[in-house]
Amino acid sequence: MNILTYILLGFLVICAISVTFSKKLLNSVLIFMSYSLVMSIIWMMLESPDLAITEAAVGAGVTSVLFFVTLRKIHAMGEEDVDDEER
Amino acid sequence: MKKDSAFSRWFYGERDTLLDRVEMKPQTGHAPRAGEIRELMEERRLIREHIYDVEDNQKLKLFHRLYQVAAVVFCATLMLIMLVAVSWLPENGNPDNPVNNEVSARYIENGLQETGAVNIVTGMILDYRAFDTFGESNVLFISTVTVLILLHNKKKKETGAEDVAGGRANTAEKSRKSAGPAEKSGSIYEENLILQKIAGILVPIIVIFGVYVILNGHLSPGGGFSGGAIIGAGLILYQNAFGFEKTERFFTEKTYKWICFFALTFYCLAKSYSFFTGANHLESGIPLGKPGAILSSGLILPLNICVGLVVACTMYTFFAMFRKGDF
Repeated sequence: MNILTYILLGFLVICAISVTFSKKLLNSVLIFMSYSLVMSIIWMMLESPDLAITEAAVGAGVTSVLFFVTLRKIHAMGEEDVDDEER
Repeated sequence: MKKDSAFSRWFYGERDTLLDRVEMKPQTGHAPRAGEIRELMEERRLIREHIYDVEDNQKLKLFHRLYQVAAVVFCATLMLIMLVAVSWLPENGNPDNPVNNEVSARYIENGLQETGAVNIVTGMILDYRAFDTFGESNVLFISTVTVLILLHNKKKKETGAEDVAGGRANTAEKSRKSAGPAEKSGSIYEENLILQKIAGILVPIIVIFGVYVILNGHLSPGGGFSGGAIIGAGLILYQNAFGFEKTERFFTEKTYKWICFFALTFYCLAKSYSFFTGANHLESGIPLGKPGAILSSGLILPLNICVGLVVACTMYTFFAMFRKGDF
């Protein structure tokens, strides 16, 4: 139990650092999503299931979807959008 | 004039001189020159000085001076009030503080009796600390309004109306030709069979789970905000699979307005009533019910439903706004 907590916390730190250092915005959003997921597991271990549910629904779900939509709007999503433009 | 000259042929409409000669280019967006913005700002400043006559207008000068002094005085007073209030608070980290002993002990021991909620977190949020929650929901509402103001554009709506006027049959073709398939119909993955089948199975389960989380907010972990976020995520998945036409059958701007209006008004009135009775030590007359039953714990269940409705609609509205500018 204790070792798992430390592993998750280490993962959290690595995620938080690599969000800022990743070059592609899409990768940053994906890493941020996994950060939220791990955070919700940690909330669960800290015996606050309320926060775990909210973190999983808002942090990993809705926020990332909004980020994706924004990336699409500013044409930062990669090659798929270039195809759309040419059509 | 000769009959076969280029001019006469153009004049009688047999030949278009522009055809195949001019390269048609799509219009690009307006890109300002390097110094243009600075020039515009400078111009605006000059006009403003000319209108208000800043150098010679004594009244305005006085007002500006007073305004600056008043701003500083106001900020200093506010800081003073807050610092005085903080100085009255007990020292941070002291083990004898009432926060460390009385408040939490009271919540844990009497929470079930006084609020009727088995889930003590919900009891705290929506009963003891409902005033804080009300302020939070107001902040959320204001931010939603700001997003709506920033992202709402009327232009797309007008072109959509033209499409409808131009005939239903052409609408699909037109939309596919003009603005690209995604922007018009709203769905990124148009007619993706796998996504549609999976969404058809998953969306009802997600929505039912969200409703369960909201309705059992006072019994099990969860509550209005988390349940509403789950329902909103389900709606977003549904929209992605089936497009805006399907969601607009039951969710439009009007629905959002009315749901938000009624839920927030009910929250405000209900909490005002219970604050009024609680502050004056009156009987509120709201039955607490048996702890553990669905219909128990007084006002918490309806308040949870209100918060859940507002949050679900807000989540979906944010998505629709980001996606196409209106809904």
